[in-house]
Amino acid sequence: MVNNEFRTCPDTGLKFYSSAENLLKVNAVAAVVFLLVGGFYGLLVGLTRWQAVHLLAADNFYMVLTLHGLNVLIFWMIFFEIAILYFCSSVLLGCRLATPRWAWAGFVLMVVGAVMNNVIVLQGASSVMMTSYVPMEADPLFYLSLILFAVGALIGCFVFFGTLVVAKAEKTYEGSVPLVTFGAITAAIIAVFTIVSGAIILIPTFLWSVGVVGEIDALAYRLIWWAFGHSSQQINVAAHVAVWYAIAAIVFGARPLSEKVSRTAFLMYIVFLQLASAHHLLVDPGVSANFKMFNTSYAMYLAVMASMVHGLTVPGSIEAAQRARGYSAGLFTWLRKAPWGNPVFSGMFISLVGFGFLGGITGVVMGAEQINILIHNTLYVPGHFHATVVLGSTLAFMAMSYWLVPVLFRRELVLKGIAKWQPYLFGLGMTGVSLFLMGAGTLGVPRRHWDIGFAGTGGITHEFPAAAYTMLALNGMSVILAVIGGAAFCVIMVGTILFGKKLGNQKMAEPCIVAPVTDEEYEANGGSAYAIPGTLVLAMVFFVSFALYYFINWKYLAETWGIA
Amino acid sequence: MSSLSPPSKKLWWNEPIHKTELMWISLVFVWGLIMTFMMPYWHVVGKQNLGTETYKTTPKAFQASTEAFVEQYTVRNEGPRNFPVVAPPAGGDVYMIARLYDWWPIVELKKGESYRFHLSSLDMQHGFSLQPANINIQVVPNYEHVFTLTPNASGEYSIICNEYCGIGHHLMIGKLLVVD
Ligand SMILES: [Cu+2]
Ligand SMILES: [Cu+2]
Repeated sequence: MVNNEFRTCPDTGLKFYSSAENLLKVNAVAAVVFLLVGGFYGLLVGLTRWQAVHLLAADNFYMVLTLHGLNVLIFWMIFFEIAILYFCSSVLLGCRLATPRWAWAGFVLMVVGAVMNNVIVLQGASSVMMTSYVPMEADPLFYLSLILFAVGALIGCFVFFGTLVVAKAEKTYEGSVPLVTFGAITAAIIAVFTIVSGAIILIPTFLWSVGVVGEIDALAYRLIWWAFGHSSQQINVAAHVAVWYAIAAIVFGARPLSEKVSRTAFLMYIVFLQLASAHHLLVDPGVSANFKMFNTSYAMYLAVMASMVHGLTVPGSIEAAQRARGYSAGLFTWLRKAPWGNPVFSGMFISLVGFGFLGGITGVVMGAEQINILIHNTLYVPGHFHATVVLGSTLAFMAMSYWLVPVLFRRELVLKGIAKWQPYLFGLGMTGVSLFLMGAGTLGVPRRHWDIGFAGTGGITHEFPAAAYTMLALNGMSVILAVIGGAAFCVIMVGTILFGKKLGNQKMAEPCIVAPVTDEEYEANGGSAYAIPGTLVLAMVFFVSFALYYFINWKYLAETWGIA
Repeated sequence: MSSLSPPSKKLWWNEPIHKTELMWISLVFVWGLIMTFMMPYWHVVGKQNLGTETYKTTPKAFQASTEAFVEQYTVRNEGPRNFPVVAPPAGGDVYMIARLYDWWPIVELKKGESYRFHLSSLDMQHGFSLQPANINIQVVPNYEHVFTLTPNASGEYSIICNEYCGIGHHLMIGKLLVVD
C-alpha cells in the first residue's frame, strides 16, 4: 500500500489519508462495540444495586462489576482516544500517518487484549475489580490481557508522535500545531506516563500470579497502581477538553480567547495532574500527612486551576464567536441562539456543565485530606467519577462522533430525530446516576457491595436510612434512562456506518462545519465580541457553588467523631 | 482561523491575555491557596485528622496481639456469632482484626474517651467503614495502622467492609458499642 493516497473532504476541506482513515474507522468502531458491551454490564449493576430488584446473584454481580469497569473505563475510552490522536495528527495537520503497519499492530494487540480480558473475567475466577488489589489474585491471563492492551495503546501513542514529526518535517502546516492537536499531545504524553506506571505494577503482578515473584507488598501496589489508575483518567480529561475546543470550532468557528492561556492550561495538566494521585491514598496506613497535603494540592491546586481555566475559555470562546456573528444582545442571547437541536453541540455543552458542576467540584472536595475520611470507598466515589468520566468524557466523545462518523464514513447520519434527543436523555440519566450514587455515599453506603440489607450474615445487620434505599432505586431508574440513551447512540452510529445514505463526493444536506470567525468579525462593533459577560456570570455561579459545597463538607466533617 | 488550525498569529505567545481570563485566573489562584491552607489549618484547629502511625506486621503477630487484648479485657460474649465484647480502659489500646469475612472482636467504648486503635488485615485488603459515624479507613495486610478515635455519641455502630475483598464481601460486618 502506498502511504500517500488521500481524499479532501468536500464538507470540511480536511485531508483524509487512507492510512489514517482506515485506522480511525476501526478504532472508532471498536470503541462503540466496547461501549455497548460495558454499558450493558452497567445496566445489570444498576439493577442489582436497586435492592427491590436485586437482579444478579452475588458472584455474578462482582464479575459483572469488574467487566463494567474495564469495558467502559478502559476499552471504550482508549479506543476512542486513539482515534482522536490519529484525527488530531494526521487529519488536522493534513499529513500521512507515520508507520501505519505499527498502528495496525497496536490496534490488533488492543483488540486481542480487550477480548481476552472479557473472556477471562467471564470465566468467573477473575472477579477482582478493575483495581485488582493484591493479595487478591486473578487468572494470570487477566493481567496479561491488560498488558497486551496497554502495549497496543502505547504503540498508538508513538504512531501519533511519529506523525507529528513527519508533519513537521514535511511542512504540512505552518507555525504552531492547532490548539486541539496541542491538547491531544498532552493527552498522549499523559498516556505514555500512565502506561509505563501500569507496566511497572502489572508485569510484577502477572509474574506473581504465575509464581515467579514471591510476594507483592499491598501498600506499594496501591501506590503504583494509582499512579497508573489516576493518570489514566487524566488522559480522558485532556482528550475531552480537546474535544470541547474542537466542537466549539466546528459548530461556531470559534478560536480560543487567547492561545497562550489555553495552551498553558493544557501544559499544567502534564505538570500538575498526573503525579497527583495521593487522593486515592488519603486514608491508607503508612502515608504521611505532609505527603498527602502536598500531593493533593501540589501546594496550590494548579491542576484544578487548569480545568477551571478551560471551563471558562471553552464557553467564553463560544460566546465571543456568537457575539461576533451578531448574537450580541444581553447576557445570554449567544447561548439561547446556540444549536440546541444539534447533538454535536448539546452533547458537548452538557458534558461541560456536568463535568464542572458535578464531577469537578465533588472531586476537589473529596480530595481534601481530611474530608476524604467521610467519603473513601463509599458510593460517593463512583458517583463522582460517573460525572467526570461518563457525563464528562463519554458524552463529549459521543458528541464528537455525531460529527466525525458521517464525515469519516461519508454517510448521512441516520435517525436524526433520535440523535437530537440522545444527549439529553443520556445526560439526564447519567446526572441521576451520579447524584443518587453520591447521595447514597453520603449516607455511608459502601461501593462494590452486593447487599446493603445484609441478608445472609446470620443476623448481624446495619439499618441504612430509608433514603439510602430510595437513592439506590432512583439510581436504578437513572441507569435505565442512561442505558437507553447509550444504546440509542450505538444504534445511530452502527446504523449510520451500515445504512446511512452514501454521500460519495456530494456535500451533506446541511453544512457540517462553520467557517472560522475572522478578525474583522471579532473587531466589528468596536471589538465588543471580546467581552464575555455571559460566561463570566456562569463562571461566578460555578465558583459560588464550589465554595459553598466545599465549606459545607468541612462542617459535616466537624460533626463526626474525633479522629487523630 | 479556529482551534482546528494553527494559530493565525505566529507569535501567539506575545498576544495579550484576555481581561476576563486574567480576572478568573487570579480568582482561581486565590481559591487554590485557600483550599491549600484549609488542610494544614485543620491539622491545627480541626478534631478529625487521621493518624498515620504505621508498623510493619504479619498476620500471625497481629493476631497474637489482638488475642492478648481480647483475653485481657473481655467482659462478655454476644451476638449471633458469640463474639467476645471487649471493653478496654479509657485511653487504652484497641486491637481489631479484619479478615474474610468478619471484624473481630466487638469492642465497647465510653463516649467522650479516646482510644488508640490498631487495625490490620489477616488476608486481603479491607475497608473499615464505621456507620453511621461515616468514618472510612483502608485496611492493608502486613501493616498495622494506629490512630485514635473519640466517640461523640453513644449507641450501637456497625463496621462495614467497604473494600471489595472477595465473594463474601457483603457479609463482612461487625459491631462496635459506645456507652455513656
Ligand atoms: Cu485520581
Ligand atoms: Cu470486603
